[in-house]
Amino acid sequence: MLAIEKLTKRFGDKTAVDAASITVEKPTMIGIIGRSGAGKSTLLRMVNRLSDATVGTITFEGEEITALRGAAKRNWQSRCAMVFQQFNLVPRMDVVSNVLHGTLNKRSTFATMFNLYPQSDIYRAIEILARLGIAEQAPKRAEALSGGQQQRVAIARALMQDPKIILADEPIASLDPMNAQVVMQSLRTIHEEDGRMVIANLHTLDTARRYCDRVIGMRDGRIVFDGTPAQLTTGVARDIYGAGADFSEAATSTEIETLERPEVREAEAYV
Amino acid sequence: MTDATIDVARQSVDTIQDSYIAQVQRRRLYGGLTLLIFVVLMVSGFHIADERNAGGFWEGLHQIGDYPADVLSEAWQKRAELPGLIAKYFPALVETINIAAVSTLLGAIGGLFLSLLGTRGLARWPRLTPVFRRTSDIMRAVPEIVIALVLIFVVGGGPVPAMIAIAIHTAGALGKMFSEVAENADLKPVEGLASTGATWSQRMLLGVLPQVAPNYVSYALLRFEINIRASAILGFVGAGGIGYELRNAMGWGQGRYDDAAAIFILLFGTIVFFDQLSSRFRNRLTGGLGQ
Repeated sequence: MLAIEKLTKRFGDKTAVDAASITVEKPTMIGIIGRSGAGKSTLLRMVNRLSDATVGTITFEGEEITALRGAAKRNWQSRCAMVFQQFNLVPRMDVVSNVLHGTLNKRSTFATMFNLYPQSDIYRAIEILARLGIAEQAPKRAEALSGGQQQRVAIARALMQDPKIILADEPIASLDPMNAQVVMQSLRTIHEEDGRMVIANLHTLDTARRYCDRVIGMRDGRIVFDGTPAQLTTGVARDIYGAGADFSEAATSTEIETLERPEVREAEAYV
Repeated sequence: MTDATIDVARQSVDTIQDSYIAQVQRRRLYGGLTLLIFVVLMVSGFHIADERNAGGFWEGLHQIGDYPADVLSEAWQKRAELPGLIAKYFPALVETINIAAVSTLLGAIGGLFLSLLGTRGLARWPRLTPVFRRTSDIMRAVPEIVIALVLIFVVGGGPVPAMIAIAIHTAGALGKMFSEVAENADLKPVEGLASTGATWSQRMLLGVLPQVAPNYVSYALLRFEINIRASAILGFVGAGGIGYELRNAMGWGQGRYDDAAAIFILLFGTIVFFDQLSSRFRNRLTGGLGQ
């Protein structure tokens, strides 16, 4: 379905992503983990074509994504939604308008200028908001919402695009544990109910373990681990994070329960 | 029980949808009305202006290129003399730039005080804030050409009245821009300095100016460019400098278009030069010396 081959991104003499290859056969929920600066964001941005690859190809259902230009590139971006760490909504516009931005690829600039979205799209936008449990916020300005609510608006915008793939770049890194859980659960539900592929950059191990079917570990731009959550042992995690023997999973956790979960304590005890 | 909850949820989504659609329709109606009024005003205003115009807009439109074409063709014929003319008018240009520089400097100092005294939260005498604000309003409301004409009438022609006129306008204009920057300044350092017993001028000098300096300098440099143009225009009314020469050269049918072309080249070159200089300077101020 999605094939990334030897994808490389260099900024000057610094290599952010180094010959990354990933193959995905069917819609899966994938978590990419690694330290900050490991190249996770750059990788996702290249898949969405927000930035161009230096070398390498991305192929989706037989179509070479890295070769697309102009309108074809924008059409791919509409099929491959992105959710950001800082939500990247338009703060002064209301929630429904922000969700409707998901249809921009199908609308002309003229129609956008006069706010002429079809009624059916407006209904659908509010239904998506209801699905994410924030329909009552519909007429409010995006900036008036809490972080967790804003991230759900961003996910609603992504869903409005009706994408095959949802890329989430650190979707929970600016959220408190409770909201982080709600957002991750929403992404998981979308994957399970709609059968969309979800690729999320996560910097916490336990989130990846808990919500993802497949975990990819990156370190210094290279893919150093690719497997199921079960294969992700503490030793492997230490490699990914380049941490010493004092590393424990709880140290990278944002979950409230982690600190109380017995197996983590045990793991710490072994460490 | 569950069905009932789903029904209630369904109903509330329906209400939200309906009220949002109503809101969108209202917004579209207002937007459409505004657009309609705008178009009607533009079209009718254009018609009125066209009727009152002595020659008529459409009849005159094709002649728009005549004057530049005359200037260019004559200047091209006498192109051999251009370097000499540029050298001849260079001292007048220096006079114009001098007027602009002095007036910008004086105006910026005046604007600095007006802005600090007229900004809420920073003012030395909070009750007098409106006084300083209105003062700067008046200073920039009066066109510099009016002040210059009055001063020329009183003290006679020359660069000094032009300089005073531009400085007054600059102080008013920069006072407004500076105070907008100062309003966004962080007040915590000022409070910190106040807690040590610093005077108002010490607080402004050490707490506010370092924050706003890059913006202030950038506005002052922009103003300097505007003032070069302003001081050239004031030459038309007898304030000396390159504007005076330009007025004499650009009259129709004197056969001095080569002079006019030389002056235009000088003015254009000056604006480009100072634009480049100020943008480089501003980049260094905001980005630091390392860049």
